[in-house]
Amino acid sequence: MSGVFMGMPSLPVFGDGNLHIDEPFPAAAHRELGNTQMRANLRHATHTIRDKRIKVVGELPDWEELRDAGAATKNQVMANLPALLEEFEKNFTARGGIIHWARDADEANRIVSDLIKEQDTTEVVKVKSMATQEIGLNEYLEEQGISAFETDLAELIVQLGHDKPSHILVPAIHKNRTEVRDIFLAEMPNVDPNLTDEPRLLAMAAREHLRRKFLSAKVAVSGANFALADSGTLAVVESEGNGRMCLTLPETLITVMGIEKLLPAKEDLEVFMQLLPRSSTGERMNPYTSLWTGVTEGDGPQNVHLVMLDNGRTAALADKYGRTALNCIRCSACMNVCPVYERTGGHAYGSTYPGPIGAILSPLLTGIKSEENSSLPYASSLCGACFDACPVKINIPEILVHLRGEDVDSRRGEKKLPSQMDLMMKGAQWAFSSGKNLGLLEKGLPLGKLAAGQDKKIKRLPGIAAGWTQSRDIPAPPSQSFRDWWKKEHQSEATTMKQEK
Amino acid sequence: MGAKEEILSRISSALRDAPVPAPVPREYRKTSDMEESALIELLVDRLEDYKAHVNVVDAAELSATIAERLKDATSYVVPHGIAGEWLTNAALANDARRRVDAPGAVLGIPELDGTDAVLTSSAVSIAESGTIVLDGTGDQGRRAISLVPDHHVCVVPVSTIVQLLPEALPRMDITRPLTWISGPSATSDIELERVEGVHGPRQLDVIIVKGL
Repeated sequence: MSGVFMGMPSLPVFGDGNLHIDEPFPAAAHRELGNTQMRANLRHATHTIRDKRIKVVGELPDWEELRDAGAATKNQVMANLPALLEEFEKNFTARGGIIHWARDADEANRIVSDLIKEQDTTEVVKVKSMATQEIGLNEYLEEQGISAFETDLAELIVQLGHDKPSHILVPAIHKNRTEVRDIFLAEMPNVDPNLTDEPRLLAMAAREHLRRKFLSAKVAVSGANFALADSGTLAVVESEGNGRMCLTLPETLITVMGIEKLLPAKEDLEVFMQLLPRSSTGERMNPYTSLWTGVTEGDGPQNVHLVMLDNGRTAALADKYGRTALNCIRCSACMNVCPVYERTGGHAYGSTYPGPIGAILSPLLTGIKSEENSSLPYASSLCGACFDACPVKINIPEILVHLRGEDVDSRRGEKKLPSQMDLMMKGAQWAFSSGKNLGLLEKGLPLGKLAAGQDKKIKRLPGIAAGWTQSRDIPAPPSQSFRDWWKKEHQSEATTMKQEK
Repeated sequence: MGAKEEILSRISSALRDAPVPAPVPREYRKTSDMEESALIELLVDRLEDYKAHVNVVDAAELSATIAERLKDATSYVVPHGIAGEWLTNAALANDARRRVDAPGAVLGIPELDGTDAVLTSSAVSIAESGTIVLDGTGDQGRRAISLVPDHHVCVVPVSTIVQLLPEALPRMDITRPLTWISGPSATSDIELERVEGVHGPRQLDVIIVKGL
C-alpha cells in the first residue's frame, strides 16, 4: 500500500509498556538522593565517560559539521517516514527477511512470543535492546514460560540482581564492583565462591556463565541501532561480542526496532557511525558493529524477523514541537552531562528512558496526561548541557519548556474553582501593587520564625508551596523586614544629623 | 485495518503539517590525502590503543609472521579463500593444526569452540578509528569463524587502508554480512574500567602488509 493519508486516526495513539512512571519524579528523586553509594558510583561513572567523550570529540575537526548532518538527516527521515518504511520493507523482504508491524507493546510482545514458540524452544538469548525493555518483553516471555537471558554484562548484572536498568548505555552504572560481585555470588549458578571484585574476573565469570547459552541457543532477540532504507540493512553496535554471538550463531533472529530508527542510505552511516560511539562510550569506534541484510545463505541465522514498533512514536511525531525527540540515537551523552541525572540516578525517572532525553521522550510517547509522566518535564534545571552534548542537536531544554506548557494547559481545563496558584498570584498582585500593602504584609514576617524549627529552617511549606520544600529547606525569615530595618537605621541617622546641625 | 496500514495512517496523520526540512549539509570531511606511511602509522597507533598486537611487514615476510603469531595455537581455522602463499612457511605447510572452513564443509559450533585461533584477511580498514571491516568473502569467511575462537589473526593489506569512514563506505558491499572490528572484545560495564575480552576473541593480532 502507499503512504497516502487514509483519514482514519486523527487523534494520537499513545504508547504503553514500561514508559509510564507510577511515582512523580520529585518523590522518586527524593528517595534516590538518600542513596550515597549510588551517588558516588554515578558521579565517578558519568565524569569518566564525559571526559573521554570530550577528548575523542576534540580529535575531529569536523564534529560540528557531523552534528549538523546528523540532525538534518533525522529531520528528513521523520518528514519522509512512510516512504522510507516502505522502501526498507521492500528491500529487507526481497533478501529473505520477514517484517511484522506492531501498534503497541502488547502486540509486539505477542508477535515475538509466537515466533519463539514456533521454534519449539523455551530459552532465548538477548542482545541489550531499549525497545524490548520499553515493551517489557522479558516479563511477558516469562509469563509465557520462556526464559530470556540478557547477555550484555551490565544487563546481566541488572537481571541477576532483580533490578532495573538506570542508564541506557551502562544499565548497571549505579552498582560498584563489590555490589556486582555480591550479585554474582548470590545469583549465578556454579560461580567460583572465591570470586573477587576485580572487574576482569567478574567479566570472565559472565563469559563462563553465558558461553553454553550462546553456543546452544536456537533463537536470539535483538534491537537495532540503524536500518538503511535503500538496502534493507540492519546494524547493531556493541562492545563485548555478545551481540555478534546472538546475531550470528542461532538459526532464528528476531529484532525489535522502533520505526524512527531508519536512515535513508548507506552514505548516512558515515555520519552516524562517527557520532554514536564518540558520544556514547567516548571511543573512536565501538569494538564490534554487525550489519546484516535479510538472510545470507551459509552465514548466520536463516530465519530473520523484524518487528517494527510504533508504541507512541506516531504520537510523538504528531507533536510538531516535540517530534525531534525521535531523532535520538540513544547514545546517552545527555545523561552523562546532566546535573540532575548525576544526583538522582536513572531510577528516579521511572520510565525505560531516563535522563534529559527520557524527560521529554517518555511523556511524548505516552501523552503528558499519562499517570505521573507529567512530572518528568520538570526534572531539569534547564541548564542546557544536554543540548550541547547531543550529537543530533535535539533541543531538549526547549522541548522541556514546551511540555511544561502542555502540562499546565492540560490541567487548566479540569478545574472549576480557582487554584492555589491563582489565589497566590492574586495575593502577590495585591502585595506588590503598593508599598503600603507590602509593608503591611511584611509585618507578618516574624511569624515565619514560628514555622521554623530549632535549626532555624523551614522544612515543609503548606499547599502548593510544598513542592518548593520537597527537596530543600528554607532558612527562617529574619525577625525584621528590610524596610523596617532601613526606617530604623535612617531614623537614627536623621536624629544624629539634626543634632549636628 | 492491519497493523502496518494503521501505523502508516497514523504517521500521515502526524505529518499533516507537511514539514519541509532543510537539505542535509555534508560539509564534514569526505576525502583525505594522507600518505601511505602516515596512514599506516595512524592505524597502528589506533590499534595499539585498543590493545591489539600489530606487525607491519613486507609481503615477503607475511607467511613467517603468520606462523609466528599462530605458534602457540594448538589448532586454528582458516576460511577456504585464504591465499596459498600465506601458508607456505615451513611451520604452516601441511600443518595438522589447520582446519579449513568452506561452503558445504563448515565447521560445527562445538568444533569452532574447540579451536584456539583463526586467520582471516580483511576488506577495508579505517585508520582514524582503528576499524577493520570483514565482509564474509572467501578470504574472510562466515562471521562465526572470526567470533568463536579466542585469538584472531587478521591480515590488513596496505591497499585496503583509508583514513576516513566516508572513504571506507564506498568500498563496502552493504548487502554482505559485515563485521566492523575495532580492537578485541571489551567491556566497560563495571565502574567504567575497561576489560579486554568477554565473549568475542580476547586477543587480536593485526598484520599490516606493505605491497599487498
